[in-house]
Amino acid sequence: MSEPLLDIRHLSKSFGPVQALSDLSMTVGAGEVVALAGDNGAGKTTLIKAVSGVYRPSGGEIRLSGRPVAFASPQEARAAGIETIYQDLALADNLTIGANIFLGREPMRRAFGFLPVLDRRRMAEAARATMALLDFHVSRMDAPVSNFSGGQRQAVAIGRAVYWDARILIMDEPTAALGVPEQRKVIGLIHQLKAQGRGVIFISHNLQDIFAVADRIVVLRRGVMAGARRIAETTHDEVVRLMIGG
Amino acid sequence: MTATPPQTGSGATAAAPPADHADRARTPLQRIADLRAWLFLAALVLGFEAWSRIDFGGTFILNPFNIQSIAIFAVAPLLLATGQTFVIISGGIDLSMGFIMGLAAVVAAHVIGWATPTIGPGWAVLLGLLVSVGVAGIPGMVNGLLVSRLRVPPFIGTLGMFGVARGVAFLLAGGTTVPVSNPAFSALGNGRLWGVPWIVIVAAAFVLAMHYLLSQTRFGQHNYAIGANEQAARRAGIDIRSHVLRLYILSGLCAGLAGFLYAARFSAGAAQAGEPLLLDSVAAVVIGGASLFGGSGTILGTVAGAFVIAVIQYGLVFINVEPFWQFISVGVVIIVSVLIDQAQRRFSGGRVGE
Repeated sequence: MSEPLLDIRHLSKSFGPVQALSDLSMTVGAGEVVALAGDNGAGKTTLIKAVSGVYRPSGGEIRLSGRPVAFASPQEARAAGIETIYQDLALADNLTIGANIFLGREPMRRAFGFLPVLDRRRMAEAARATMALLDFHVSRMDAPVSNFSGGQRQAVAIGRAVYWDARILIMDEPTAALGVPEQRKVIGLIHQLKAQGRGVIFISHNLQDIFAVADRIVVLRRGVMAGARRIAETTHDEVVRLMIGG
Repeated sequence: MTATPPQTGSGATAAAPPADHADRARTPLQRIADLRAWLFLAALVLGFEAWSRIDFGGTFILNPFNIQSIAIFAVAPLLLATGQTFVIISGGIDLSMGFIMGLAAVVAAHVIGWATPTIGPGWAVLLGLLVSVGVAGIPGMVNGLLVSRLRVPPFIGTLGMFGVARGVAFLLAGGTTVPVSNPAFSALGNGRLWGVPWIVIVAAAFVLAMHYLLSQTRFGQHNYAIGANEQAARRAGIDIRSHVLRLYILSGLCAGLAGFLYAARFSAGAAQAGEPLLLDSVAAVVIGGASLFGGSGTILGTVAGAFVIAVIQYGLVFINVEPFWQFISVGVVIIVSVLIDQAQRRFSGGRVGE
């Protein structure tokens, strides 16, 4: 087997005397979806924050395509291709899809040959192409994101990561706030990301969703690995037992 | 989508709407609501026109003197409102602008009065412009530091600066108005180019530049993003602290230019020059369609809002109504604007409070 995209080795994180995460190892391969499960306080959030550059790990190592990395900030992690999509989506509702994709990195053009202005057409075209890649066909690129449904907005957040060529997407409860049809749409999106050869870490409380989309599942309990299984070789009951420690 | 998993829940298979095409175009009603400040303005002008024709057989808006007077009248509130538009879109408010304007007017009068004999009228005016606008940037910078570094709520921080700028302006003015005698300065304040007052030309050019800054640059784009979702803007890598700092400096500079032009128009600086204009500036922004919660608003809307207020104030004087009706009318227009704004949000189904 080739080098995994993301290789987390013996990762630990403590906050003063509190050991939030200890000696955790897991990998994510290209085109692989790994679900992260566990009760509240099990260490899921600590883990993804350590991987995405929000926290500095107190021990262990993170390797990206075989190379050890240490991120001082989320920006550095993003530049290296690790994008986190938060529950609250982190979109500016009053801006278009294109403006959201390019937020903070807007392309400029010169009007009349000298005056720098935002290149809205380029943003719109990139947005249309990116959303099409995710099988979302949006007709009006000049509408603010607030006009779209929850699943569509989730797709915009994912689209931003895809446009900037994220190789690892960390998704924190991407289906939690959505209705059933929208949840399916997001599950479909994750399948698309997988087909494109990206690695996905998928945090969810919803075992239905996990079993629908993940290749493997890693269960945390009180900061330690409670078990890792291939989805094909496990059951809902076994996962629940791992989570609650039965 | 092919890979939809089998769901164990109830028969939720058939009812799924085609989510891809649920994005709505703006309805005609929304488009009209977007233009409401301009419609207000047109209605007001027509109303005054009708009144003045019926009452004394004269025209209101076709009289060039009236147009000029309204434009001159609107200069200072419009400049304040332009800076205020940026601040309000970002989700803040700047209450100190009125006295920053007064401070700049006093500084401009002092500097020009002092420099005219030594460097001549023309250079003195230029020096006065640079110093007064520069000085106006200082309280703006303090506002920006308070809000961005020390996390002071804008309402409180700029309220404090309101008091400080007021006190400093009155101290510098020695508690009175500061007269200044400079032919170039009063030519700027009262002269005309092809019949258009210079101060209107300067203000229009400045407002146009601010429209460009808000609608066509990264600074403007980030301003909208911060007003809608500061967290999102931060995660996108936007340096919020430096943006907010520059934002309040910008609003200080707008107030500074307003003060400089005020001093030019009256050949005097007065600390209280901008005192009644602060609330007008906020009102102009709100009438112009911005939300006080941040995230929306345009300079063009604010221009219409400023002219709505100017037309009401001037028009009521013109048709000989007691001046106190101005307050009532402007107040009613503000309330109606906000009501229309809220109705629009409800109709458009925008996720405002999410």
